[in-house]
Amino acid sequence: MSTKILLQLEGVSKEFPGVKALSGVDLCLRKGEIHALMGENGAGKSTLIKVMTGVYKRDSGVMKLNGKEIQPKSPLEAQQLGISTVYQEVNLCPNLSVAENIFIGRQPRKWGMIDWETMNRRSEELLARLDLYIDVKQQLSMYSVAIQQMVAIARAVDISSGILILDEPTSSLDTNEVKQLFSLMKKLREEGMGILFVTHFLDQVYEVTDRITVLRNGTLVGEYKTEELSRTQLVSHMIGREWNPDELSGEKSNKTASAEQFLRANGLSKKGSINPFDLTIRKGEVLGLAGLLGSGRTEIARLIFGIDKSDSGVLELGEEKIAAMSPQKAIKYGFGFCPEDRKVEGIVGELTIRENIILALQAKNGLFSYIQTKKQKEIAQEYIELLKVKTPGTEQRIDNLSGGNQQKVILARWLATQPRLLILDEPTRGIDVGSKTEIRKLIFNLAASGISILIISAELEELVNCCDRIVVLRDRVQIGEIAGSDMNENRIMQMIAEGAGVYGKSGVIGA
Amino acid sequence: MKALRIRVSSNNIIILATLLLLVLLYGAGSMMYTGFFSMQVFLNLFIDNAYLIIVATGMAFVIITGGIDLSVASVVALISMVSASLLEQGMNAYVVMSISLLVGIAFGAGQGYLIHRFQLHPWIVTLAGMFLGRGIAYLIGTESIVVKNETYTKISSYKINLFGGGFISISVVIALLFVILAILVGRYTGFGRAVYALGGSERSSVLMGLSVGNTTIAVYTLSGFCSALGGIVFTFYMLSGNSLHLMGMEMDAIAACVIGGILLTGGFGYLIGPMFGVLCTGIIQTIIIFQGTLSSWWTKIVIGFLLFLFMALQRLIVMRKEKGGNATQITRKIAKNNVKM
Amino acid sequence: MASLASSVRRVTKYKIVWPLLAMAILYLFNLIVVPGFFKIEVIDGHLYGSLVDVLNRGTPLIIMAIGMALVIALEGIDISVGSVLAIAGSMAIFMLEGHSLWVAILASLVIGLLCGLWNGMLVSILGIQPMVATLILLTVGRGIAQLITNGQILTTTNKGYEFIGKGYFLGLPFAVYIAAAVFIIIYLLKTKTAFGLFLEATGANRKSSEYAGVKPRAIFMSAYAICGLLAATAGIIYSSNLSSADANNAGLWYELDAILAVVIGGTSMRGGRFYLGGTVIGAIFIQSLTTTIYSLGVPPESILLVKAFVVILVCLIQSDAFRQMLTFKRKVTTS
Repeated sequence: MSTKILLQLEGVSKEFPGVKALSGVDLCLRKGEIHALMGENGAGKSTLIKVMTGVYKRDSGVMKLNGKEIQPKSPLEAQQLGISTVYQEVNLCPNLSVAENIFIGRQPRKWGMIDWETMNRRSEELLARLDLYIDVKQQLSMYSVAIQQMVAIARAVDISSGILILDEPTSSLDTNEVKQLFSLMKKLREEGMGILFVTHFLDQVYEVTDRITVLRNGTLVGEYKTEELSRTQLVSHMIGREWNPDELSGEKSNKTASAEQFLRANGLSKKGSINPFDLTIRKGEVLGLAGLLGSGRTEIARLIFGIDKSDSGVLELGEEKIAAMSPQKAIKYGFGFCPEDRKVEGIVGELTIRENIILALQAKNGLFSYIQTKKQKEIAQEYIELLKVKTPGTEQRIDNLSGGNQQKVILARWLATQPRLLILDEPTRGIDVGSKTEIRKLIFNLAASGISILIISAELEELVNCCDRIVVLRDRVQIGEIAGSDMNENRIMQMIAEGAGVYGKSGVIGA
Repeated sequence: MKALRIRVSSNNIIILATLLLLVLLYGAGSMMYTGFFSMQVFLNLFIDNAYLIIVATGMAFVIITGGIDLSVASVVALISMVSASLLEQGMNAYVVMSISLLVGIAFGAGQGYLIHRFQLHPWIVTLAGMFLGRGIAYLIGTESIVVKNETYTKISSYKINLFGGGFISISVVIALLFVILAILVGRYTGFGRAVYALGGSERSSVLMGLSVGNTTIAVYTLSGFCSALGGIVFTFYMLSGNSLHLMGMEMDAIAACVIGGILLTGGFGYLIGPMFGVLCTGIIQTIIIFQGTLSSWWTKIVIGFLLFLFMALQRLIVMRKEKGGNATQITRKIAKNNVKM
Repeated sequence: MASLASSVRRVTKYKIVWPLLAMAILYLFNLIVVPGFFKIEVIDGHLYGSLVDVLNRGTPLIIMAIGMALVIALEGIDISVGSVLAIAGSMAIFMLEGHSLWVAILASLVIGLLCGLWNGMLVSILGIQPMVATLILLTVGRGIAQLITNGQILTTTNKGYEFIGKGYFLGLPFAVYIAAAVFIIIYLLKTKTAFGLFLEATGANRKSSEYAGVKPRAIFMSAYAICGLLAATAGIIYSSNLSSADANNAGLWYELDAILAVVIGGTSMRGGRFYLGGTVIGAIFIQSLTTTIYSLGVPPESILLVKAFVVILVCLIQSDAFRQMLTFKRKVTTS
């Protein structure tokens, strides 16, 4: 293996208003290697990649390409330098043809006009290299996401001259497609290309990579040779231990979940989003949903809260059977939902903390039973104190708060409605350790007071420590449930990894 | 026409519906009124609407990028006024035409620059442009100015005879040539494809290294140019300049695009569509004229209604696409995890 | 708490400071350049003068702008208000032939409400961009008005109807009281019901609001409906003031004025917070500007031009990119 360094980053930092996304991160990509970039959500992987590809401008640090310092200002410039990227989401134009997506911006010309025939032919040749045989004249949106992803990779490979960044390209591919992709990656490695590979799947890392760089909370944990790093070590590097589980385990064992059933989901499903699942939540119980990104965990929450409409199945709430749920209805039944994407789906940034807290309660009460401003302030103040929101007062704009405090305000919004069920989608994502601990404590207290809680988290130890029961999901299928002494991270990982032989069933292989 | 290879069925639905509507309307007109089914009545559709074909085609480019240009009608009026007043002062006709085109280009480029550089809503900028255009035209004069220039009157009255007894005007030739050119640009140039890419996904276009800024500015410049060309053709047709010409024509242009299958959300549509859309509205106008007793206001109302119908149709198609495209929705959701707090 | 209260006050002040400042400059200009601008005479117990004129002529705009503010708070727009004004005016005067005053007014308001609901339906249910959705009514509306008037300019001699736009009550034009009433009603709706909260929340973040249980569609519908209703109210005053309804020219270009009033008043085109007081000030400012241009003897045709520039200017000031450019330039010059 050559040791020539293609791309080197030293001490790269990037700050967004209120958040230090990267601080002093190093990365070293060598010629002819596949280099994994690992880290949990919010570790700064995507930010780092966006810095490398010129989407973001780094605040400080050095980036050298073949020993020469570079500062790409746009993806185009990065591309011209030879750094091409395939992003997590398909960044192509769904309305254009496959061939066009591969060649847009650099179409072959004949007499100054785009030569469609050459373009289509060359696209076919290129895709054949990836063992992909599809009609390149078809519109991209006609194909499955997996195919779209392969097209994006084909485009990147064709443009790239040395460096290829793959940002979680496998999250939407099935086993065969992943294999196909890996053989291509290995081929490219032999050709001397440096590939930076971001993924969540441990197996894939060990299957294909040479080196691993681990990030956590925007800082560098370290660079390791893949063969020298055990899986356990890798996981512990990635997740780390930020809070002491002993601190809370006492409280947890004190609590006895009541046997009274609160909510039952019977064969609820939505095509292309989640296969039919059954779920029972008891009163005062903390139920966890475990699974990787895209496993259907968020989709379940959205179905229960009525944001997405189910194709089949029914929700049973005591005696009542509800087929068509909607957020308004859900709130009437005493549900609350803290969404995963706080900024887009949670807070109303322009409004004050008071207004953000009061919003759901007011919506529940209706248009005309207006809560007087004075009363609003009292309610807001009460919850600010209860949840220890760090703010000078109720009339601050919510977008001036830190992520953790914003999350507390969203929690306060639901607590003000006196909920019976709280659905928390990644409640501690991207917030500081202190707030994390506080929110987890709060979850116990709420459950102890009889509120049922459905919690989704990518951090398995969070689930293990908070939940009474955990439902495990994989590829949009409910694959099992664990409780009691069975409940540990390894067991969950194992379930996700083995997946009861359903793997690949739901993935779509196009053409 | 070979460029229009059939690619997407949901795209074709609208343009097929438009063609069907065209045939139905023309058939209905022919059945109801004697003399309707004649070569010349059909050719008159082109003669009367040559300017609109040009303007709507320019608008189509803007709409395909996902924008809108509300200033087109007032630019046409402005150009009619500028040409008429310059010609009145005895300026050479061809110089006037060049000046007109330059005015249109500058107007469009200015709008595009504001929209791109300051990330303003296209409609608020072009709405201001709409008022600006009329405002300048008012300043030039509030009265109608008749064009007596020889070149203009000659072009205006020149008839190109066709086989079968009909004739068309030079304006029609200009309009048709323009449409062909537009189709070629849309299909065979980097700019044309960038326009479609931009309408498909602005984010992807940026990440794929397309120059979104230049494309945005260029597309509004093109629309300004089309309005100016439309203005010249319109001046041939009316032989007068008036600041009140074509009030509300921007809706006709948008309607022509929508009826012609250009999706208002951007990214989809054939550039020949607007011409069919214009023919549809033209036939409606002709029918109302043949009918004789209905007031001309019915034209606007019927076109408005038609616009509404096609918008609803588009909406249905988009909704069906969204339902069918669940897979892509999920990826988008995954993508959102990327957003840092 | 005290510092917070004062900072909040500072922010609210900040928003209304702009239109007030603009107005102060304009009036200062008038004080110097236009003699007699501030003269107010009492004739027959009525107040007369340029200022009263501004208030009187400005009422349709004030009322319309208040409706527009609600729509803009939802990141929407309603460019059909001028046409709705024409429809409502035509309807009222058409109905006065053979119907009582109240029936005429009611019919006019109902048709305005229908227009608003139509726009709201297109925007909230069909999901069409507000601009294009209301564009339909902008052009079709004048056609409808033409149909009502049968292509003629309708006139009326109904004294009761004329009182609405021309009459005086306690020394002030009666229309001013209508505008005040509209303002108070909408203000109460904003502050004494949850409507204001829902509207601002939906405008600022539709998704979050929906997930918090607000029904965005209902909010959109009601905002557009109110906007239509208020445009009709403005139409009644406008036509009553002229004792006639002109389907072609009534309220022509008013949509721009209304948008401008709202934006000058501090409400962002991107939705969210809206300011009723600022909107009213903005509307009065625009009317003052128009009156000033008239009294200066500048060709009235240039008004459109001036307003187009003001719109762009105000939008630029609200644009982040523009502000960044300004600060950047400043940095460059200092370095």
